[in-house]
Amino acid sequence: MLIIIGIAIAISIQIFVGLLIDSLQKTLVDRTIGNSPQITISSATDIGTMRDWEILVSEIREIDQIKTVAVSATSSAYIEDGTRNLPIIVRGFNFNNADSIYNIRNSLYEGRPYQSVREVLIGKDLREDLEVNIGDRLVVRTPEGKEVIFIISGFYDLGVASVNESWVLANLKTAQRIFNFGNRITAIEVTVNDVFAADTTAREIEKVLNNDDIEINNWKQQNEELLSGLEGQRMSSLVIQIVIIASVVIAISSVLAITVLQKSKEIGILKAMGIKDLAASVIFIYEGFLVGLIGATLGVILGLGLLYGFNAFTTSPDGVAIVDLYIEYDFILTSWLIGLAASTFAGILPARKSIKLSPVEVIREG
Amino acid sequence: MSSIIELKNVDKIYTGAVDTQVLFDINLSFDSGSCNAIVGESGSGKSTLLNIMGTLDKPTSGEVIIDGIKTGDMNKNRLAGLRNETIGFVFQFHYLLPEFTAIENVLIPYLIRNNRTSKKIIEKANELFEMLGITKWKNSPVTKMSGGQQQRTAIARALINNPKILIADEPTGNLDTETTNKVCVIFREINQRFGTTFIVVTHDLQVAEKTDRIIEIIDGKIEKDVLK
Repeated sequence: MLIIIGIAIAISIQIFVGLLIDSLQKTLVDRTIGNSPQITISSATDIGTMRDWEILVSEIREIDQIKTVAVSATSSAYIEDGTRNLPIIVRGFNFNNADSIYNIRNSLYEGRPYQSVREVLIGKDLREDLEVNIGDRLVVRTPEGKEVIFIISGFYDLGVASVNESWVLANLKTAQRIFNFGNRITAIEVTVNDVFAADTTAREIEKVLNNDDIEINNWKQQNEELLSGLEGQRMSSLVIQIVIIASVVIAISSVLAITVLQKSKEIGILKAMGIKDLAASVIFIYEGFLVGLIGATLGVILGLGLLYGFNAFTTSPDGVAIVDLYIEYDFILTSWLIGLAASTFAGILPARKSIKLSPVEVIREG
Repeated sequence: MSSIIELKNVDKIYTGAVDTQVLFDINLSFDSGSCNAIVGESGSGKSTLLNIMGTLDKPTSGEVIIDGIKTGDMNKNRLAGLRNETIGFVFQFHYLLPEFTAIENVLIPYLIRNNRTSKKIIEKANELFEMLGITKWKNSPVTKMSGGQQQRTAIARALINNPKILIADEPTGNLDTETTNKVCVIFREINQRFGTTFIVVTHDLQVAEKTDRIIEIIDGKIEKDVLK
């Protein structure tokens, strides 16, 4: 019984630690780069804009692993507010395309998406700074000194102060017109299915486009420190899991070996009565397997219970879980199999001991 | 009468820091269906001799032939099979498995050979319980039984596979006089009813007196071999 509890606890810790670290990494990555493009294609020329982008977009869309593609026309500008000049970035997008990357619709806490060429969305921090409301006018001055008047159609909160205070979201056409871009754009923004393979996908795009006038960046290049932190975390989690499994094997093996000593009389007498060595030893491997089966199954249940319990009790002040749980079924199955295999394997030592046990020694000792 | 066990020039030497020879050139033969006692002082080598006859131990040299089969060349598994089918053991300590009831213990030698019990073998077990006078306790856990009842259960276990030979090492060593007498009567009854060959090692002369032949061992050698 004790041994089953031991395996259950070990497997539950393995599942808890493994899934928690994994979820933590994914949450971190998701919150860092989830609502932003993972690959950005921009101009490498002095002009800073790209023409014939429709061809590039259609070629990129053909590549595997690509989730969404959006084009943007972006430039800096400023808002004159009384005596102050507030620097801003006007970002021109097709709303639906931008939404698929930045999740703007869900971030809109007041108002509605921009529809006409005159409408724009501004962030929460900028709104508080300017003290404006829906329908108010927003006077923007371009670097060339051109004054443009927009109508505010809504306010967003993307959760990043630097974005909330500087991005003014407008129609692609609007941005192209006010900055005199014509039909050109400043960037093609791409999200991918496997964010950790963004560098590979970026290389693939580079190969397909084969264009010296463009520059391709991916999030991994720009977040090397985060990545090395995640890798460190993953390695420590792996070491913890290996240590846990090693302790389980040693613990089960010792307990079963003690069982052989305790049961040596019974094994001896069974051998005297004609039980074959293999049959006697299989009992211990079978016991290890059975103990592992029950222990590992209990461990999976306990581990998931711990994980959900942890998630329910660790929330931010507004009640949102700090870590988003990602339940990896493959990992659970692997942990369960490891528990089962380790326990069965741990039965081999006592099984070997029982083979060596001679009935005459047991009988002679009384 | 044909011999069921034959020992030819059997020596047994225990090797260690100092080699100790416990049996010296033993030549013995036991007739099928006979009832025999081996007596001797403690340390005379009688139990070693019994273990060699029961194939639990191997002689250093010499030959052990059981039911016409030379055991010297047999591997551990074949010996285990031979023991299961041909020999029943009763020891001074009953060695019943404490986790099981009396009848479950009795059925173990049968279950070693067959994976499941049959109606016939249950009947056989019941018959043995009846004969040994312990029917009332057949479903009791062995830990709840008296010493005499446990030893009788051990005898039933030794007989369940209808062995040709029953080897008993001090079977009455832990029993009082009355129970000892009962066990002797039972042995005799089994011997006559089933034709089982009995070889009993004992230091109790009263038990030895009840057999047909008494072999006395002194310092690993046969000192006397008296056929009554």
